[in-house]
Amino acid sequence: MRQSRAIDVSTGLFVLLGFAAILFLVTQITNREFSLRSDSYRLVAQYENVGGLKAGAPVSMAGVTIGRVESIGYDMNLFKAIVTLRIDARYDAIPNDSDASIYTAGLLGGQYVGITPGNSEDAYRDGDSVEFVQDAIVLENLISKYLFSQAGKDKATEAPATQE
Amino acid sequence: MIGLLGELTDSLRRFLERLGAMTRFFGQVLWQSPAVLLRFRLVVEQVYNTGALSLVIIMTCGLFVGMVLGLQGHDLLQRFGSEEALGTGAALSLLKELGPVVTALLFAGRAGTALASELGLMRATDQLSAMEVMAVDPMRRVVVPRFLGGVIAMPLLTAIFIAVALFGVQLVGVQFLGVDQGSFWSQMRGAVELADVNEGLIKGVTFGIACSLIAVFEGYNAEPTAEGVGRATTRTVVISAVVTLVLDYILTALML
Repeated sequence: MRQSRAIDVSTGLFVLLGFAAILFLVTQITNREFSLRSDSYRLVAQYENVGGLKAGAPVSMAGVTIGRVESIGYDMNLFKAIVTLRIDARYDAIPNDSDASIYTAGLLGGQYVGITPGNSEDAYRDGDSVEFVQDAIVLENLISKYLFSQAGKDKATEAPATQE
Repeated sequence: MIGLLGELTDSLRRFLERLGAMTRFFGQVLWQSPAVLLRFRLVVEQVYNTGALSLVIIMTCGLFVGMVLGLQGHDLLQRFGSEEALGTGAALSLLKELGPVVTALLFAGRAGTALASELGLMRATDQLSAMEVMAVDPMRRVVVPRFLGGVIAMPLLTAIFIAVALFGVQLVGVQFLGVDQGSFWSQMRGAVELADVNEGLIKGVTFGIACSLIAVFEGYNAEPTAEGVGRATTRTVVISAVVTLVLDYILTALML
């Protein structure tokens, strides 16, 4: 009897350790936050380009995380990315003309959705869609824009010279 | 020439015969499992035997695997000036690959051999036949609890291994080599998704089923001699290792 109790204790310890390890893996090294209360509401935003935005990325306002990106889909009719944002119910007074833009944290960091409050009297409610959005900035597009504008300048300066 | 061909077909036939026997055995074990789960006491004992007793070796190996990963990863990432990605790289490689596979190999070496030699010895000393004489089904009383114990213990061992290994990575990377702690964890959290954790646990469960099945099958069907028990133990380790690595490729291809 005594031996079987010792076995029970160490088995219990092992199982506890195992589940603690799983909990650690799920909560500490992924971007999921384990919240038992799931009071939140959803907003939908359409983007031309979401860049490297991933489901689970933070949604922040003035740098404070107020929610997560729930899912990212693609609408074949609009040819746009549909991003569903899940906002914590505590933040229920966001003006409904606020804009949701995709920013990059740091130079090589992950991307997140930043919300800048608007001036409207009414607040966003569950299922609303965000009207004002700004796409993710794609580095290649910026570089190519810069290069083309440089090339245009060169031509502009060259053109009068060739006419003479 | 003909003798060689004959030998070849002979060994192929033996292989198929064993594979078929193992599949039938797996079916029997699965069929009996629900009934055995009701007598949970027996399973708990085996979770202790396969899991709790493997804990020390799993944690020690996990720590050192993590430390090596930290050292190697840091050396490699330093060349690209992105030491901060150490956390991401280590976490993903541990979750998706190293954790389940190394745990399964250690599990086969520690718990698999114990199961196989125990069952083989029971066979050799006629304990299994004695049970049958006493109208106790050895499958139900001995084999299935051991199988279930292994299946329950393996994913838990995998999770413990990965957690300890991450601690090892953090120890070497952050404490010894001076990677910034904040970016180590935040980059890891940004890149690792729940699906990656699930992949590791699914692999853990699958390898647990495979390794436990192989161990109880080889032990139960061991030749009832000292040599036969030894051979069953060896076969358990060898077959478990090969099956683990083959299954690993298949599962990776499925879930990538």
